[in-house]
Order: sequence, then structure tokens, then C-alpha cells
Amino acid sequence: MNDRLRQDFPIDWEEDHYVSRREFFKFMTLASGGLAAGSVGMAAWAAIPKGERTFEAVRLASADSIAIGGSLAFRYPRPQDICLLIRREDGSFVAFSQRCTHLSCPVEYQSDKDRLYCPCHNGAFSAKDGSVLQGPPPHPLPQIMLEVREGDVYAVGVRHGGEA
Amino acid sequence: MSERRFYIDPSRCIGCNACVQACAECDTHAGVSMIHLETIQRGDTVQTTPVICMHCDEPACAAVCPADAIKRTSDGVVQSSLKPRCIGCTNCVFACPFGVPKYDAAIDQMMKCDMCYDRTSVGKKPMCATVCPSQALFYGTPEEIAERQGSPINAFVFGERTITTKVSLMVPAGTRQLTVRPDAVVRKTDLLTNTRTDR
Repeated sequence: MNDRLRQDFPIDWEEDHYVSRREFFKFMTLASGGLAAGSVGMAAWAAIPKGERTFEAVRLASADSIAIGGSLAFRYPRPQDICLLIRREDGSFVAFSQRCTHLSCPVEYQSDKDRLYCPCHNGAFSAKDGSVLQGPPPHPLPQIMLEVREGDVYAVGVRHGGEA
Repeated sequence: MSERRFYIDPSRCIGCNACVQACAECDTHAGVSMIHLETIQRGDTVQTTPVICMHCDEPACAAVCPADAIKRTSDGVVQSSLKPRCIGCTNCVFACPFGVPKYDAAIDQMMKCDMCYDRTSVGKKPMCATVCPSQALFYGTPEEIAERQGSPINAFVFGERTITTKVSLMVPAGTRQLTVRPDAVVRKTDLLTNTRTDR
């Protein structure tokens, strides 16, 4: 009993775990300094533009097969990344991730309003650039970069937008 | 030169109280003396001896402290109580076999002789040893003390317990240890009483 008591409360100063005020404040200063430096690092990392990432080009469809105002679902670049290829009224092709940036419900194209609509919480994105038009989504839809080669539409990369 | 040690020589004490006053001069406990003079046997003699902390190898004051407030540094000096920890219970005052710790009710804290740690840790003599005119309190090397009469001891037998200390006591030459037997103290009044009974 006495030996164990002395382990916890040793008589000799050097064996004691006495934390002086100076040591305590040194620890607090270093810890808060580390947290501050970490926050600055995280902010700097977040400020780096993620921008565009190219992937292996994948043929989606021939340009003629999609009517004006029509759309085609596909998966790019990974099998679980559901996307939507849209042919707008002016005949141009755009493609976006189909996963709403709010709670990941699949969005649908409304050609009459030229927007992508999320039925879960009334969110909507512009079919022009994927920016948020209404509702709770915090970020624009990631856009799939397209190329038209010899009459066929290819997906070549993903472009992440900025803040909503 | 070997390490300097602290020696008490009661036979040299002239009872001038200079050590007590010098102790009270110290800045770390200004106005309060950590040491005192003890009268050996007041009824029979005016002989006194200074009482400073002996700095036991197994300090009873620290062992009984419920607040873990008394610490010994690596050089073997038992320090005064830590102000944030001391609860003023006076356990140490009762436990010390030499009567060293002093409870100061005004600040509700025990304070004791720490061999002038601010001075001795940087190579200076303790305050009391610097002023003692007869060098009853001597801070020096074993070689220096060997030139004196008597021999230093640092073992004290209290019943079944032998206490060894950092500070040494000068006793008649040849003595190895001091056996403390409170029950064997013969007082002058006892002698008188016995004489009366004998009649």
C-alpha cells in the first residue's frame, strides 16, 4: 500500500509530476500555436483551386442521337459517379454530375426552364454552368468536360465549381 | 575540494541567537525565522543548541503530508512546503523527530528550514552558518571538520527506527550514532523527588 502510494506521491521532486505554472502556460501557448498554424495550413490548402481534372476520354454517344432538349444518363469517371449529358436548345452539349450537392439526390433536366432540378428539396442548378439557382445546395454541380470528335461526344474530365 | 556539508556542534553554541536573527533576514521568508535555539536541559544548564532541519534520508514530514506538499530535491535537501498544496494540517510539525517544521497560522502554511536553498544551491553558505560567531553551525568540507575535536554523526536511533540525515551532529569522538531515549532523561526535579522519597 505504502509503495503504491509513494509511486503516485513521491517525496523526491524529480519523480513527481508537478506541473508548474510556467510549464502549463508553455504547453498552452505551444498547443494553441500549433492549432493556429494548423488552421492556417488548412485554410491555405482549401484556397488552392481544385479546378479541372482530366480522365481517360470515354465515348458517350453520337451527337445526332440526342435530340434538342434531350438528355442521357451515364457514369463518369467512376462507375458510381452518375452523370447527365444534356443537349440544350441552342444545340450545344453540356454534362453535369447528377448528384445534387445538397444531399446527393439525383437531379433531372427540365428543358423548358433550362435547369437541373432536384425534387428532394426544391434545389435547382443552371444548365449553362451548373451554378445554384435556388434551394439549399451549397455548391454548383461538378461539370463534366466534353469534346465532340467526328460527330461523337466524349467525356474527358471533371470541373469542380467554386462556392455556390 | 570535496562537497561542503552542514555540521551542528552544540558544544560550541553560546546562545547568542545570531543564527535565528540571520535566518529571519532572508528575503524568501522575510521576518520569519525558520530555525530556533533549543535549551538542552533548562533547569540544569544554560546550554543551548541551534535546531536546523537535518534533511533526513527518509523525511518523516514528507511521509506524513496528506497533501504531498513537502518535496526533496535531488541534492537531498527537504524543501519547505509548496504554497499551493499545503493545507496547514500540521501533521509534519508533529511527525518531525527533531522539531523543525513550523506552522505559520497567519498564512496557514508550514514553513521549514531549507538550508537556504537559494544560497547553498549556488555555492554560498547558509545565512545562519555565515553569522555564527563560534561556528556551532558550520558549513564546510569533511576535511575541515576533521581538524576539530569530536566526530560527526548522522544516524539517530529512535526506538526501532534509525534515521540518517544529510546534516551531521558533532558528538564526542568515537560515537557512531545517537540513541534518543526520552524515557531515560533524568531531570533535576526527578532527582529531588527521589531524594525526598528516600528519606
